[in-house]
Amino acid sequence: MGQTTASSADKLAATSEEPAAEPQATEQQSSQRTAANESPGAPAADALAPSPDGHGPTSEDYVQLVSPAGQRVHAPGYEERVLDIGHEELRGLLQDMTVLRRLDAEATALQRQGQVGLWPPLLGQEAAQVGSARALRADDYVFASYREHGVAFIRGAKPVQLVEAWRGANFCGWDPGEINMAPAQVVIGTQTLHATGYAMGLRWEGSDSVAITYLGDGATSKGDVAEAMVFAASFQAPVVFIVQNNQWAISEPVTLQSRVTLAERGGGYGIPSMRVDGNDVLAVMAATRIALDRARAGDGPTLIEAVTYRMGPHTTADDPTRYRPAGHLERWRALDPITRLEALLVAEGALDDEFRATVQARADALAAEFRADCVAVPDPTPLSVFDHVYAEPHARIDEQRADFARYLEGFAS
Amino acid sequence: MTTLTLSKAIHAGLHRCLADDDRVVLLGEDIGTLGGVFRITDGLQAEFGRNRVVDTPLAESGILGTAIGLAYRGFRPVVEIQFDGFIYSAFDQIVSQLARTHSRTRGRVRMPVTIRIPWAGGIGAAEHHSDSPEAYFAHAPGLRVMAVSNPQDAYDGIREAIASDDPVLFFEPKRRYHVKGEVDLDAPIGTAGAARVVVAGDQVTLVTYGGLVQTAMDAAAAAREEGVSIEVIDLRSLSPVDYPVIEASVRKTGRLVVAHEAARTGGLGAELAASITERCFEFLEAAPVRVTGHDVPFPPSKAEKHHIPDLDRILDGVDRALGRVPAFVGGS
Repeated sequence: MGQTTASSADKLAATSEEPAAEPQATEQQSSQRTAANESPGAPAADALAPSPDGHGPTSEDYVQLVSPAGQRVHAPGYEERVLDIGHEELRGLLQDMTVLRRLDAEATALQRQGQVGLWPPLLGQEAAQVGSARALRADDYVFASYREHGVAFIRGAKPVQLVEAWRGANFCGWDPGEINMAPAQVVIGTQTLHATGYAMGLRWEGSDSVAITYLGDGATSKGDVAEAMVFAASFQAPVVFIVQNNQWAISEPVTLQSRVTLAERGGGYGIPSMRVDGNDVLAVMAATRIALDRARAGDGPTLIEAVTYRMGPHTTADDPTRYRPAGHLERWRALDPITRLEALLVAEGALDDEFRATVQARADALAAEFRADCVAVPDPTPLSVFDHVYAEPHARIDEQRADFARYLEGFAS
Repeated sequence: MTTLTLSKAIHAGLHRCLADDDRVVLLGEDIGTLGGVFRITDGLQAEFGRNRVVDTPLAESGILGTAIGLAYRGFRPVVEIQFDGFIYSAFDQIVSQLARTHSRTRGRVRMPVTIRIPWAGGIGAAEHHSDSPEAYFAHAPGLRVMAVSNPQDAYDGIREAIASDDPVLFFEPKRRYHVKGEVDLDAPIGTAGAARVVVAGDQVTLVTYGGLVQTAMDAAAAAREEGVSIEVIDLRSLSPVDYPVIEASVRKTGRLVVAHEAARTGGLGAELAASITERCFEFLEAAPVRVTGHDVPFPPSKAEKHHIPDLDRILDGVDRALGRVPAFVGGS
């Protein structure tokens, strides 16, 4: 039943003496055995089949406010947090996610066409990123992985800034101080310590800003993540750990990373956790707001596991057909974050063709601008490799730059 | 002028930085209540508070990673890695993150982080408490590396490291913590990156750093009595190296000896030998000589005297540079 998850979520979410939220109907009576019950090294028919007893990292015990079919779900403690999200706001979130999916697809296309060296798509994870990012304040600070293009976009990065690093022009297309977001992080999990340190500083200053760190299911195996949770808990740091469990770390299923839900990892460190349907933009937003409010009130860190699915490859260099079991894509398409929000709005008479056309037009326009900007990004100059290695003047850099410049001058121009 | 031990000089420098800039914060294991296992931070938490001098959980990568986050927020973190041999746990955060954040962000995010390391052997310690890992970090672009040898340089150097907007590894020769020296507490900072000629001479240039500077000075005194004039240079900055000072000396002497405790292969002696050969080849009368720790893990404490270059081994290196004994023994 996922007792730990439900009760810790209740402690966080409950605003009154409400009874515990019932776990959502799941495939708990499924006869499929999860690979969690077998040796992790043995090939499994489907390592990510929902676990029949509600335990294990593929458990379907999580909070929803919008069902995959687009119907409202009651989740006391969570729904109160998004009462202000009416139809207009929901249409805004739908636009965010639709535009994001379009930009992400455009980036993949640009990669196939040789304009971008590599791209890690966020396809399928739009709600997890938009729902959480839209809950943040401008003065909060984000330390994410390399897949949070959606968060960067919501924070204010221009589409081309999302892709410059992947085109090889630089290591970060945006100015961290402009959108309060650190560069994409390639070394798995290291960003959780940066976020925690930032949050420690916030607490010492008496600021009510919050540090948010995004990490994947694979990252929860890293030592740095464990250390970040130790520091966050010991110093009661105002940091929110958002674990996007998209089920895969390249080809490795989450059942290899954990025997328990990822939300339960927080409990071991004394960090309250929530487990939400990561494809439910409203549930993600509600959980993020709960966590942010805790942090701002001085109550320390929170962990949110957003259960979602990486519908695309790890990156454009990956081939998931080599490891993704049959049926996964179809199963998760039925849980798509965008179609479910559309279904909700349609059911409530709040989505018309005119709005759909507006969104499509905006997505197409942004994608076209994105493409034009991307192909216009220049290659770095030879001597630029010496820039910014140090903040202060550095004799060795100056010597080597001068030597290399002299060498380059030897070529006919 | 006041007389201070090396450790008290570092303490005085930390105290001054904490007092002058409230964005300076110290982090490390046991540095708060205990005042540090070497008492370098003694009394600082009581004076400045638990939010300025912070006892951290036992996790070196965590210490460095959170320091990086604090730097993002505009703090000037000064972390202590309790012993040299424990820094490897933080290697990824130092080399992947601390060293690269400034270039990764094209200069928008600075990393004014100082890492203090009680360093090197000679205290009869257990394994992993006597290492010399400085070469790993001198090799990483984006880092600065300093090594002090005396109380004045320790006081000036720690202030300069903290004032630097670049990440600095600050190596403190722990076997010299108790040694006293004169310290001018009003000395200006700005020259800690300069190599210093500590003994003038004209026959052999002997470059070293940290705990071996005293050994080199003793070797120069012993050699003088036998009519050999050695110029001793304290490198002080290991990255970047102050080559003009060394070049000026080698142009005069024509012979270079580099001494360090760290293992031979890939050590800073290799870098100095290559660089000086490139810069001063026509002035060299002999190939550069390196007097170093052997290419072995730092040995058990009863054997460390066979590993750390002592006065005799340094003078043997001088003899090799002078051609009095074969320069290189071994191999085919």
